[in-house]
Amino acid sequence: MGIAFPTPDADILARREAIVAGLARLLPPGGLVTSEDERRAFETDAFTAYRRMPLAVALPSSTEEAAAVMRFCHENSVKVVPRGAGTSLAGGAIPQEDAVVIGVSKMNRVLDVNFKDRTMRVEAGITNLAISNAVMHEGFFYAPDPSSQLACTIAGNIGMNSGGAHCLKYGVTTNNILGVKMVLVDGTVVEIGGDALDAPGYDLLGLVVGSEGQLGIVTEATVRILRAAEGARPVLFGFETSEQAGAAVAAIIGAGIIPVAMEFMDKPAIEICEAFAHAGYPLDVEALLIIEVEGSDEEMDFTLARIVEIARKHGVKTVKESKSAMETAAIWKGRKSAFGATGRVADYICMDGTIPTGRLPEVLRRIDEIVKGYGLRVANVFHAGDGNLHPLVLYDVNDPEEAHKAEEAGNDILRLCVEVGGCLTGEHGVGIEKRDLMNVQFDPVDLDQQMRVRGVFDRGWLLNPAKVFPLDRRITA
Amino acid sequence: MTAVSEPTSESELAEAVAEARAARMPLAVQGRGTKSGIGRPAQTAATLSTVRMSGITLYEPAELVIGAKAGTPVAEIEAALAARGQMLPFEPIDYRPLLGSEGGPTVGGIAAGNLSGPRRISAGACRDSLIGVRFVNGRGEIVKNGGRVMKNVTGLDLVKLMAGSWGTLGVMSEVIFKVLPVAETTATLVLHGLDDARAIEALSTALGSPFEVTGAAHLPLGIDRVPTTLVRIEGFAPSVAYRSGRLRALLKPFGTGDVLEGAPAADLWRRVRDASFLAEPRDRAVWRVSVAPSKAAAALARLRGEGEIRHFYDWGGGLVWIALPAAGDAGAAAIRGALAGTGGHATLVRAPAEIRAAVDVFEPQSPALMTITEGVKASLDPDRLFNPGRLYAGL
Repeated sequence: MGIAFPTPDADILARREAIVAGLARLLPPGGLVTSEDERRAFETDAFTAYRRMPLAVALPSSTEEAAAVMRFCHENSVKVVPRGAGTSLAGGAIPQEDAVVIGVSKMNRVLDVNFKDRTMRVEAGITNLAISNAVMHEGFFYAPDPSSQLACTIAGNIGMNSGGAHCLKYGVTTNNILGVKMVLVDGTVVEIGGDALDAPGYDLLGLVVGSEGQLGIVTEATVRILRAAEGARPVLFGFETSEQAGAAVAAIIGAGIIPVAMEFMDKPAIEICEAFAHAGYPLDVEALLIIEVEGSDEEMDFTLARIVEIARKHGVKTVKESKSAMETAAIWKGRKSAFGATGRVADYICMDGTIPTGRLPEVLRRIDEIVKGYGLRVANVFHAGDGNLHPLVLYDVNDPEEAHKAEEAGNDILRLCVEVGGCLTGEHGVGIEKRDLMNVQFDPVDLDQQMRVRGVFDRGWLLNPAKVFPLDRRITA
Repeated sequence: MTAVSEPTSESELAEAVAEARAARMPLAVQGRGTKSGIGRPAQTAATLSTVRMSGITLYEPAELVIGAKAGTPVAEIEAALAARGQMLPFEPIDYRPLLGSEGGPTVGGIAAGNLSGPRRISAGACRDSLIGVRFVNGRGEIVKNGGRVMKNVTGLDLVKLMAGSWGTLGVMSEVIFKVLPVAETTATLVLHGLDDARAIEALSTALGSPFEVTGAAHLPLGIDRVPTTLVRIEGFAPSVAYRSGRLRALLKPFGTGDVLEGAPAADLWRRVRDASFLAEPRDRAVWRVSVAPSKAAAALARLRGEGEIRHFYDWGGGLVWIALPAAGDAGAAAIRGALAGTGGHATLVRAPAEIRAAVDVFEPQSPALMTITEGVKASLDPDRLFNPGRLYAGL
């Protein structure tokens, strides 16, 4: 397979017993995973094509324990790979043989809810959905909703600056976090931001969000919570061409309407998701838009009438409104399980580039050409309002040649995203998956500047070191 | 009289920085300098201005994105957006009324100051809309970060660092913003006679409702010395009518109030945005305090007895503007004392230079964060060329 890992440090491997013994002194029983069988659960994440067995796995129950483990690793020059729930699609949580995984999953409590200030303080191992569930009884929610929200942690969301289907209106993680408690590489604990809407000095919080576990380990977070709209209703719009669907999206935004979500699926994706979710997706169209609006019934009627009028001008073939909460749930189940449903029919790699939405029809055509050129198939689902594409390249994992082709096709698609003015990753992160493509989007001077800033936090490249930046040219200052 | 360099292109800008670096000459970095009165007075030998790097470089209304060279006047951006029914989402404050400065603010300046107005509570701050930057770092290198697409997590987010760095980390040459449509209709609910604590409670009630409030302010002296509380709703006409009705019902326990629309409402929100209520008298120092709304009124109450104080609230109580006599430390110790334990922080945005040289204009940070701050500065501007000392002494 194509992605390289650094050669494990033989000295660290030789000291494994002493390192494990040292860690065991810092953690309560159950806080340290050492046996090979149990470590195997941590050897990869949702980027399952790659796996490496970690030296050991520390599961601290408190910031103090996390800090003690970090301090010990720092003193012993042991690399650290932070981990939330291990749902990264980019390999962001994949370990390496000479590294200790520090998982925050045991730290999953709600610490404080403040409805008056619309903020909430949580331990970082809490799942994304559990945050919303904890405030649902008062009609509130936490806005970013990645498809993996049932499992993924806020720590991982912060690491990757995760998005979701509703970020056209509500923004991504970085727009919804007010503060973090973070353990630095040497075990120092810092508070960045707080519960006010801005913080003094440089925007270190903005720097930490999306830093892929390379600046420290976040153990607590203060998040913004929002009052949910009175109602939400998704509508299905089927088009005969993706050009028409793309033009309709542009016209809706041009008319001053920002729906809470605008999701696009092409025919292969429609078929896969409908077979799984039975959501009533139209099967006789080439492109499907799921457009969701929010508000009171009358407000939704008003906004949807405008959207339908625009869609008709762009030749919409099918319009299907959700008539009940169950239909709404089925429509979203289909979309949110797109990856899982695809996994039932084939192995796939999920790409995550973003493009300027005006280039959509051209990019879809070229993605099709790229994938066909490798003799493979592709299903496209993406967030149409913001141009964040998720082409799913289908292949057979048991066929090494096909797996290699899928990886190459994926890389070509991401190069295309950059070529048309977009970027390598919209919400999944770089991880190891896109690390070696960073040179496509950035010039050396851009990457050097990022690495110099990174070096302020981790001069010795101990934190999640195999990720984000190409291995061949690394600097600290 | 200091030398002023006004490069006309990004490459000229990079050359100017490289020359200053070779000569070890610290630079005052600015656009048109309308906010040069904010921050600690910097000791610089020359001024580097982006004023001649001007023009919109990209505008795609259907993609909700606009890009411009850093020296482009904000007015030009806003006019181009308005022509297509769009706007900068974060409603940037215009500091001219408060600071008495002249000239037109530049788009690079609003990014460098992370300037956000009343709509910050619903649409995010300037830093949330800023999606791409190009800048020249202290090595004279041209660096890009972010881009023109609104969802982008590729690499470290240096865009956020540049926002609010007050020209101390690099000289921005181009900025790209996410934009939003201008709402078809606006209505402002006005409540009268509430004290600070009660007013903030009303604002929290409104902001905790499903009706998407986009402005929430309280003026303790109102317009005619009657305390006035403002709640703004924006959207399509039927929606605004419905929501203002529901909000009035919800806020009934705080009084019946009335509805303000059109130009008078827009003018009032402009004055909230620009803090122009505190512009006069001009000899008063002005502070900007950021704090969780539920702690704001109590913090202000602790300030009573500190002489003549005027203040008002934006962001549902989370932003407090305070004017007081510019004597001694201009109230620094009293205000920071009143905020102790709240997690809030204070910035001195208007005071004579000798006071700004003597007190911490920006809130002092913990030693651990200060170490990181110094590291970040050194990683971008190793020779301390840009606005040295403007944010923190020695930085």
